[in-house]
Amino acid sequence: MSDPKHTHHEIAAEATDPRWQATPAEVAAAAPAATSRRSFLFKLAVGLNGLVGAVFAVPILGYLIGPATKKDADFNSWVKLGSLDEFPVGKTHFAEYVNPVVSPSDGETAKIACWVRRIDANSFQVFAVNCAHLGCPVRWFEQSRLFLCPCHGGAYYEDGSRASGPPMRGLFEYQHRVHNGALEILAGQLPTFSNEACNRKPQKPNAPENNPLRVLADDDAAGRRDA
Amino acid sequence: MKNPVELGKKLRAWIDLRTGLVQQAEEMADHPTPSSAASWWYVFGSGAMVLLGLQVVTGILLAMVYSPSASNAWASLQFINHNLPLGWYLRALHGWGSDFMIAIVLIHLVQVFLFGAYKFPRELTWVVGVFLLLLTLAMAFTGQVMRFDTDAYWGIGIGASITSSVPLVGKPLVRLLLGGPIIGGATLSHFFALHVFVIPGALLGLVGLHLLMVLRLGINEWPMPGRIVRRADYRQNYAALTRKTGVAFAPNAAWKDAVFAAAMILAVMACAWFFGPFGPSGQPDPTIIQTAPHPDFFFLWIYAVLAFLPPQLEIPFLLAAPALIVLPLLLLPFLAGEGEKHWSRRPVAILVVTLVAVTLGIFTNLGLHTPWSPVMDAWSSAAIPARYVKDRTPLERRGALVFQDKQCRDCHSIGGIGGRRGPALDDIATRMTVDQMVRQVLQGGGNMPAYGKALSPAETTALTAYLRTLNGNHLAPAVNPAAGIEPVNGTHPVAQ
Ligand code: FES
Repeated sequence: MSDPKHTHHEIAAEATDPRWQATPAEVAAAAPAATSRRSFLFKLAVGLNGLVGAVFAVPILGYLIGPATKKDADFNSWVKLGSLDEFPVGKTHFAEYVNPVVSPSDGETAKIACWVRRIDANSFQVFAVNCAHLGCPVRWFEQSRLFLCPCHGGAYYEDGSRASGPPMRGLFEYQHRVHNGALEILAGQLPTFSNEACNRKPQKPNAPENNPLRVLADDDAAGRRDA
Repeated sequence: MKNPVELGKKLRAWIDLRTGLVQQAEEMADHPTPSSAASWWYVFGSGAMVLLGLQVVTGILLAMVYSPSASNAWASLQFINHNLPLGWYLRALHGWGSDFMIAIVLIHLVQVFLFGAYKFPRELTWVVGVFLLLLTLAMAFTGQVMRFDTDAYWGIGIGASITSSVPLVGKPLVRLLLGGPIIGGATLSHFFALHVFVIPGALLGLVGLHLLMVLRLGINEWPMPGRIVRRADYRQNYAALTRKTGVAFAPNAAWKDAVFAAAMILAVMACAWFFGPFGPSGQPDPTIIQTAPHPDFFFLWIYAVLAFLPPQLEIPFLLAAPALIVLPLLLLPFLAGEGEKHWSRRPVAILVVTLVAVTLGIFTNLGLHTPWSPVMDAWSSAAIPARYVKDRTPLERRGALVFQDKQCRDCHSIGGIGGRRGPALDDIATRMTVDQMVRQVLQGGGNMPAYGKALSPAETTALTAYLRTLNGNHLAPAVNPAAGIEPVNGTHPVAQ
């Protein structure tokens, strides 16, 4: 009893004591009828669980990938950036807004920044701060009229087009409009290659269809103002 | 009262009768190890496991106070750092523990690779090990997000940008990663669930499997040149070797593992105590853009690679790279499952390790210095050294002001201060003529934007007049060799 190894052997012997085990013959004798019925029942039970599992998984998957499968339009909405006179003509301005899709725990991440360029009285460009390379925040340099990115040194001209560095394209631009004397943008998603921010070519600022004030004038004339 | 030793033995027998665990543990400790494998080179696997344990313990302790909510996480980190007695030390232990763990896992991988331990029959052990490495890196990345500060915020942005370039499913993938359309509350809680439940669960499970296989197949014998691994007879040879030279794992090899583990934990504690916790840096406020986001040490090389890739190559590279790095690792034991184990007979293996180590080292070093990033405030903070304005004409000094004002300094250094994105301009006049400077400034080219719209003619004149004075240690200025040669028949001789 004092030798622990001995104890193990005793235990092992106990566990395999033939008195407690069915002999192979007994097992074989019990087999035919029982296994066929029980193994059928077992397979049935496994199948049933597979079915329940599938039914269980559907809503779980829906919960998990729900946000991923929504349309852009479900997230984007018009957000006011400020009244027109906050943006002096000929300047590029830093602006902030609160992201329209908020959850209670967003905290300060709900605040988003963007760059507003007022080309002349009537035309604007609104750029995302997120570099079109990998999303670092670009900064505007008034004197050299460039946006510079701190991460890998991407540079953009004042109209958002690519100047140099790793980015492959110009800055992401928000769709914008002038509404009730205020500048609004269509926002709600992180601008990346995968959403519509990417498909929008930097606008030709002076093209009449991109002139928000002209659109506004048309709206006024028609007496409608749709969102 | 009975003798306590007797009592202990009884208790052990009592537990063993019900669980069988005591016997199993003893068998594990006794399992025969080729005496050559009871080496200091074999301590890294167990070292990584000990560090995993440290991470689990410190992680649980931190989770008791940390608030995984985007609105409170940063404040709760400040609270742990400053208000909770020794909270900073716990954060430091967890942070340094993570760096140590990645380092030890990498060393373990290199050691196993050089010792040929991935060969038959340990292929699956290696494959599981590759997944353990990936999970460890995933822990490091998600852990960086737990430190919810500016770097974390923009770091997730970088992750999302990379993900978004996946064709077809980029958009849903980004939203899955962020837990929504944009970085916010759900993003942090998603990452928290990954960092605290999902990845550690997988990690612990796979570590168990890894260990089980090590016990079942035995510790890799010390490789010998000429001792060839063959599927046909390796197992017999290994059995013969262990029969001949085998020693019980404990204490013969285990004491080295234990000493190494203790030394390592001491090192982690020392780093934590003397260097303190990592961050958090600024608040995760996306409107504070005066920041230069930086990943943690073990991801710096990726950061550097991303800065150097030519734009056209970037997306193909990002999509192909994970497969190109991971697939060879996974396939290795199946492609080279037999043959020589000893490093002296495997020159390619040595070359590969050297090449990868040097490459990673160079890129990491570049990532520490980021020469490609403009120094965003050099134009307003880095003065032009006095000797660079001494004895200049008013026009040239005006040019020095233009040079400063137009933020040229953000990318170009003079006198050793300023950005390093573009070349240093201390001796630019010896390399470029005025005409070339004007062209380069106005039209850009190479990696330089064009300043045609940002400079008036007068400013350009002043600027180039100043640059013309930057001729290093009074070296001869650059001249146009063709200047002064008469055109022949209206064409320039050089152009022919
Ligand atoms: S993120 Fe802007 S250059 Fe890479």
